Amino acid sequence: MLTALVFAPTAIALLLLALPSRIPVQALRAVWVATAAVELGLVVAIWAGYETTGGMQYEVRARWIPSAGVSYHIGVDGLSLPLLALTCVLFLACAVYALRESRRFREFAALFLFLQTTCLGLFVSLDLILFFVFFDLSIVAMYFIIAGWGHRDAKRAALTFFLYTFIGSLALLLGFIGLYLAATPHTFDMVELTRQNPLAGRSAYAALVLLAVAIGLAVKTPTVPFHTWLPPAHTEAPAAGSAILAGVLLKMGTYGFLRIAMPLLPDAWRRYALVLVVIGVLSVLHGALVALAQTDFKRMVAYTSVNHMGYIILAVGAAAATADTSAQARSLAITGSVTQMVSHGLITGALLLLAGVLYERGRTYEMSAYGGLAATAPVFAALTGVAAFASLGLPGFSGFIAEFQIFTGSLGPRPLATALAVLGILLTAGLFLRALRQILMGPLRLPDAPGTPRAFPDLRAHESAAVVPLLALAVVLGIAPRFLLDLIEPASRTVLEQLAR
Amino acid sequence: MSLLLWMLIAVPLATGALLALAGRAVDRWAPGAAVTVAAVALGLAITAAVRGPAVEAPLLEGLPVRLAVDGLSGVLVVTVAAVTLAVLLFSLAEFGPEEARARFFGLMLIFAGSMLVTVTAVTLPTLLMGWEVMGATSWALIGYWWREPARTAAADTAFLTTRTADLGLYLAAGAALAGAPGPLTLDGLAGLDEPWLSFVTAGLLIATFGKSAQLPFSFWLSRAMQGPSPVSALLHSAAMVVAGAYLLLRTAPLLDASGWGADTAAWVGAATAVALGLVAVAQTDLKQLLAASTCAQIGFMVLAAGAAATTGGALQLMAHAAAKSLLFLVAGAWLTAWGTQQLPELRGAARAYRTVGVVCTVGALSLAGLPPLSLWAAKDVLLAGAMEDSPWLYATGLAAAVLSAVYSVKILRFVWSPPEPGATAGRRIPGGAVAPLVLFALACLALTPVAFPPVRDALTGYLGAEGQPDPKVWEFALSGALALAASAVTWAWGGTRTWGLAREWLGLERAAHVLLVAPTLRIAHAAAAFDDRVLDRAVDASAQGALACARWTNRFVEGAVDGAVEGVATAARRLGERARRPQTGQLHQYLAQAVATFSVIAVVLVLVR
Repeated sequence: MLTALVFAPTAIALLLLALPSRIPVQALRAVWVATAAVELGLVVAIWAGYETTGGMQYEVRARWIPSAGVSYHIGVDGLSLPLLALTCVLFLACAVYALRESRRFREFAALFLFLQTTCLGLFVSLDLILFFVFFDLSIVAMYFIIAGWGHRDAKRAALTFFLYTFIGSLALLLGFIGLYLAATPHTFDMVELTRQNPLAGRSAYAALVLLAVAIGLAVKTPTVPFHTWLPPAHTEAPAAGSAILAGVLLKMGTYGFLRIAMPLLPDAWRRYALVLVVIGVLSVLHGALVALAQTDFKRMVAYTSVNHMGYIILAVGAAAATADTSAQARSLAITGSVTQMVSHGLITGALLLLAGVLYERGRTYEMSAYGGLAATAPVFAALTGVAAFASLGLPGFSGFIAEFQIFTGSLGPRPLATALAVLGILLTAGLFLRALRQILMGPLRLPDAPGTPRAFPDLRAHESAAVVPLLALAVVLGIAPRFLLDLIEPASRTVLEQLAR
Repeated sequence: MSLLLWMLIAVPLATGALLALAGRAVDRWAPGAAVTVAAVALGLAITAAVRGPAVEAPLLEGLPVRLAVDGLSGVLVVTVAAVTLAVLLFSLAEFGPEEARARFFGLMLIFAGSMLVTVTAVTLPTLLMGWEVMGATSWALIGYWWREPARTAAADTAFLTTRTADLGLYLAAGAALAGAPGPLTLDGLAGLDEPWLSFVTAGLLIATFGKSAQLPFSFWLSRAMQGPSPVSALLHSAAMVVAGAYLLLRTAPLLDASGWGADTAAWVGAATAVALGLVAVAQTDLKQLLAASTCAQIGFMVLAAGAAATTGGALQLMAHAAAKSLLFLVAGAWLTAWGTQQLPELRGAARAYRTVGVVCTVGALSLAGLPPLSLWAAKDVLLAGAMEDSPWLYATGLAAAVLSAVYSVKILRFVWSPPEPGATAGRRIPGGAVAPLVLFALACLALTPVAFPPVRDALTGYLGAEGQPDPKVWEFALSGALALAASAVTWAWGGTRTWGLAREWLGLERAAHVLLVAPTLRIAHAAAAFDDRVLDRAVDASAQGALACARWTNRFVEGAVDGAVEGVATAARRLGERARRPQTGQLHQYLAQAVATFSVIAVVLVLVR
């Protein structure tokens, strides 16, 4: 079931490329949307068949490179299933959004389908090498999407993105090899490594391995100071590409912390958790402050991603303080961080697609070029406003559920850090309100560079169909989050047990 | 039973969301739907206040949503629902078909629903949810006329100021959980240990001062006056701004247990009542005057919470809601009819519309604290609690009460004076708008008996407040006499003179801007510059470094290796060339070479051996 879920998109991608070139583009579009929809259906089926308290399920284990201790080992639990669902929702939204994409559609669709395989594969991986392979392949696919369909400076931004995250992945590989060598018998299997806890009591070795793994994941997340590849990549990427980049690819880093760093290196994690707390707070504040200083809408949203990922790092760092805090608080922090991954994917995905709408109409992301768009595009204005309030953590949206759990769970163990991080939601409120006021309200103003169309038409059907479900899901999670939290909470407790060893 | 309470909050929230989302398509019937829903909500609120239902639903791990209606919530839900209904009735006439009515009525309903969540919340997370949504709808309502930049900027100021204070609630929730695991009930907060007890108290105080526009956050209410008058009548008199005072009244045991929270609340409330009273006296804009007086009047409620005078606080809350909503609506009616809210330009307004003039007088005299109107008695009930705490607190409260009389009578002095010659009579005030005003005026009168036994004792029993102090007769007489005297003096004075600092709301907004906003923006720009010039450059520089290293390797290492290989080849070629020399083809030379070679070999052999 999982294997089909992971590899079906790539099979369809190959099929698309193999089709004769006279196939009409409408057929290609239909195939892509249908594939994404079927994938979503598969995830729903997996979710329906998932036993919430049953630990790892749908496991598949096959020999792959037995001589090197590598196997094809996949499975889902409460940490990965929400992210699988998020991935499928976002890819479907992007497929719908890209219905009007006209440049080399066949390749575009094939790349996205391949990217979907790498994302789903990473989240189900239970083997470090498998994880690494999907991690790197996702970079490759995203590189081609940015370089091939991006804006003016896309080549350079794509290269920066590729090289930076690739170097990060090499650090990750070093860490994985360190884990492999420490285990007896040597293995890359995460479940086996978790059981063995090979680095218990080897503090210097464990510290180095954690450093390598943490740098690799921190580049991908990204946290301060490894985040500078993110803004150019977002600003130059096509809308659907940046929605996937922010919505899914960033989660690979934070997911790695929960899936690999915490269970496999519990001693080192507990010892160096304070470093992560500090990096988390720095990411929260620095991301929000730099976002506040931006004049480019998409760049601003990109920096708020740094801010939102910072909360996750804060939470996973704070949850390591086992001594002076209640189990409820720690569990809230971990559950909050997984909820934040889902919530950020939905909300920032929607915001970036809306940024794409803005660019498509006005050929610029510069906020000062726009004004009073609520007059000509009320639906666009309403959705942007809703997405902005969702992103600034208003109750009733998923962001509040996530951030409230993170703050409430982290304050006990780390009062000062959390008190500083809470300022982040004030800064994001300030920057989003300013952006809304500039773009949507006041007298009407449109960019009038040569070549830009004069009018600003409202959202088209396919654009609304892509954005509205994302925000609707954010509302559902904000009001009735139990269906998600019931899934995450047992997994959080498992992570905490593994961490407390 | 539980359905009742769910309906009470879900009906306004859901209808409001639907109306706001549907937008202009449903403009035609949005007002009717909203008023119907508000009426239903009032019915549900009264039933809930009588029956006291409680509900619970799971939300987060160990932190369920819990709602309940007890005495204090009962008072609040009925007040909020009643004021909402009356304000929406007024808005029917006020908002013509050219306005985006679905958005307005939808947002008002969402607001009312979130206020109902706030006042029925039993746990801190539930309260915070209602509390924050309330702030966001207030943003949308203040910026309702979004084409005008001044109004949207004001909305931003209001939202950001209150959210700054709201951070206190986020921290309080975290601290409460750190202190004791559990569902974080508001009642349970008082049982925490230090240091979390003080942490929670501080967070709660900051959040409530912000929401209730107490010092030093008062300025946002001044900016909020950019919103439509019905918005001010609901949000900025009866609902959102009193949420802070309500929360303090509810958590009075916590304030008491902390050892310092109660006194802080009492004195901040008293200071706000006096300082913002002075600000109100200095205003010449009617809505600004009313806004400042709201801060001052809520200061009394905060004082009451600090002095544990729950009954007095609740009385003040109800009586103030009636009087202030009435006055805001009157200001709105005059603004529509005369196109101004400047007091000097409103001369004669009360004479032009007698009915409105009379109800306005009832509201203003109630606000002035004149007997026998409701705020006079309510204030004495709560000041009796202050008297028990400290005579100084009582005296400060009394001074603030005198100021109330001054600013209230100032309004009447202007609107009842003869109009300027040549002033243009404005449009007619529609009859539909007058009816709700009359209802409010009746409420101002009807609430007076509640402040006296036996009704007051019944209220105290309903609120579950014990040991409430009884005001003495001389206290009633003293405050009434002072209010009368102050009113008479004000009437004679005319109230035309104002003072700069008080007129500018004590410069609070400028101070916030200079001390907080500007430095934050500077830090933001510095951080952005650091990002671009240091972090990004460092990454680029390391890439450049790698390239330079590659070029150096290319030039020097490659050169050296290649040079070595070339050198070997050259040497081999040279040797080859040399080796060709002896090959002359002449036999005698070969013979000589052989002889020479053998001689050398022979010598070497001899020497080696």
